[in-house]
Amino acid sequence: MTLQYMITVTLNGLTLAALYFIVASGFSLIFGLMRTVNMAHGSLYLIGAYVGFSVFDPLYASSATYDYAWYIAVVAGVAAAAVAGVIMQVVFLGWMQGQELRQALVTIGLSIIVADQLLAIYGGNPFQFFAPDLLFGPTLVPVIGRYSTFRLFQIGLALAVGIGLWVLLNKTRLGIMVRAGVDDRQMLAACGINVPLVSVAVFALGAGLAGLGGVIGATAQPVALGVDVKFLLTSLVVVIVGGMGSIGGTAIGAILIGVAEQWGQALFPTYSVILTFAIMVAVLAIRPQGILGRTG
Amino acid sequence: MSALLEVRDLHVRFGQAHILQGVSMTLGAEPLSLVGRNGMGKSTLCHAIMNMVAAKEGSVRLDGDDLLGIGPSRVARRGVALVPQGRRMFPSLSVHEHLLLVARRGEHPWTVDRVYETFPRLAERRRNGGNQLSGGEQQMLAISRALLMNPRIVIMDEPSEGLAPVIVDHLIDVLRKIAAEGMGVLLVEQNLRVATSVSETVAIMVTGRIATTMSARQLDEDRDAQRRYLGVSHGH
Ligand SMILES: Nc1ncnc2c1ncn2[C@@H]1O[C@H](COP(=O)(O)OP(=O)(O)OP(=O)(O)O)[C@@H](O)[C@H]1O
Ligand SMILES: [Mg+2]
Repeated sequence: MTLQYMITVTLNGLTLAALYFIVASGFSLIFGLMRTVNMAHGSLYLIGAYVGFSVFDPLYASSATYDYAWYIAVVAGVAAAAVAGVIMQVVFLGWMQGQELRQALVTIGLSIIVADQLLAIYGGNPFQFFAPDLLFGPTLVPVIGRYSTFRLFQIGLALAVGIGLWVLLNKTRLGIMVRAGVDDRQMLAACGINVPLVSVAVFALGAGLAGLGGVIGATAQPVALGVDVKFLLTSLVVVIVGGMGSIGGTAIGAILIGVAEQWGQALFPTYSVILTFAIMVAVLAIRPQGILGRTG
Repeated sequence: MSALLEVRDLHVRFGQAHILQGVSMTLGAEPLSLVGRNGMGKSTLCHAIMNMVAAKEGSVRLDGDDLLGIGPSRVARRGVALVPQGRRMFPSLSVHEHLLLVARRGEHPWTVDRVYETFPRLAERRRNGGNQLSGGEQQMLAISRALLMNPRIVIMDEPSEGLAPVIVDHLIDVLRKIAAEGMGVLLVEQNLRVATSVSETVAIMVTGRIATTMSARQLDEDRDAQRRYLGVSHGH
C-alpha cells in the first residue's frame, strides 16, 4: 500500500464526510431545537435532487442556459426541500410538538409517500447532474496527482456550511433564539419570542441543507431510489456518534463515518459496513450522549 | 385606582388536582405582594397569567383585554413580563445575549445600556454564561431580561429565594425603583420583609385562593396571621 493510495482513500473519505456533514447538520439542527427526529430527512434529500434535476435537465440541454444550469438547480433543489420542510412542520409536526414517537411515525409515513410520489412523477431511472465547467474535471493535488475538482469543492462547501451555521447560531439574533429554545422553549416564549415561527425558520434551514446535499450528492454519484433511506440512516449515525444538536459534533461524526466507510471499502469491501457500526457501538458504550453531546 | 391587571375567578387543574380554586385579584399602579406557604399555588397563578399553564375557567384582563388562551409570547408582547421562580436562565447564552434576545428597537425606557448602568456587575460579566453567575447576579439578569421587554407589569416569583441578606437589601431597592417609575409590580414572596418593604398591600394565598388582603403594616404587626398563613415563627 503506497502513501499515495492512503492519502487518496482518506481524501475520498473526507469528500464523503463533507456530503454527510451537509445533510446531517440539517438533521441535527432540527433535532436540536425541536427534539423532532425527522425520519423524512432522507426524503428532503431526494426532493432536492429530483426537483433540482427537473430544473437542470432542460436548462442544460439549451446552449443559452447551459452555463448556469447547475447553479440554478442548486437554488431550486434547496428551495424545494425548504418549502417541503416548512409544509411538514406547519401541517404535521408543529401541533404535535413534544410527542416524539408520534412525530417519528408521521415522518416515516411521509417518507414512504414522498418516495412513491417521486417514483410516480419522475420514474425510477437513475440520473446524475453534470458539474459546471468551473468544477468539472481533475485538479492537481500534491503527492496524489489528479483528483476530482468537484470533490474538492464538496469539502470547501461543507466548510462554508459549517462556518455559516456557526456564524448564524453564534452571531445573529435568530441564533440566540435557537439556542435559547434548545435550553427552555417555554421561557423563550415568555420572553415574547414567537417560538413556532423560529421553529419554521429552523425547519426550512435544516430541510434546505438536505436539499443542498441532494443536488451535491447527485452530482458526485447517480441518484437512484433508496438513497433517501441511506442518507437518513447515515444522518442518524453521524449525529449519534457526534452528539445530537451540536454542529461541531456533527462535523466530527461525519468525518469519522465518512473516512471509516472509505477505508472499510478499501480494506475489506464485503464487511465495510461493520466498521461504521463498530464506531457507533464504541461511542455509545463510552459516551452515550455522543462525542460532543451534552448530557440531559 | 384603575386596574392594570384584573384576575377573576381563575381555576387551574392538573388532572384531578384543583390547584387554583377561583383566584380573584386586582393590580393597579401600586405594587402588590402575594405571599403564602409552599405549594399554595402562587407560581401556578403566575404561570396561568402568562398562559404558561392553561386555565379553563375565569378571566385574566390586562387593561380590559382578555389574555387567556393567547399563548405566552403574545402575553409577553402585550406587556406582561415574568421573572420566574428559580430564574430560568438560558445556559447556552452569555449575559449579553440574554439582553440582546429581548431588547427592542426604538425608543424605550429600558435599554441594554441602561441595564449595564443600573447593574454594573452584569456589565463586568457580559461574556460569562448565564450559569456562571452568582445567585444575586443571576437574579439581576432575570430582572433585566424582564425589564428590557419594557412591560406594563412585571411579575416576580420569589426573587429573594436563596439570596444572601445584603443582596436581598439591594433587591428591595431595585424593586422599589422599578415600581416608583410606574411599572406595575406583582411580587410573589415568602420573605415577608421583602414583601412588606416593596408594597403597601399584601395578598395572602391559601390553597388556591386569595384568603385575605391586608396592609403591609397590619401584617407586620399581626404575629397570629403570620403564623397562620405563612408558618412564620417568632421567639427564640
Ligand atoms: N405542572 C404541574 N402538574 C401537576 N401539579 C403541579 C404542577 N405544577 C404545580 N403543581 C402542584 O400545584 C401545587 C401548587 O404549586 P405552586 O408551584 O403553584 O406552589 P407555590 O405556591 O408557588 O409554592 P412555592 O412557594 O414552593 O413555590 C403544588 O402542590 C404542586 O405540586
Ligand atoms: Mg412557587
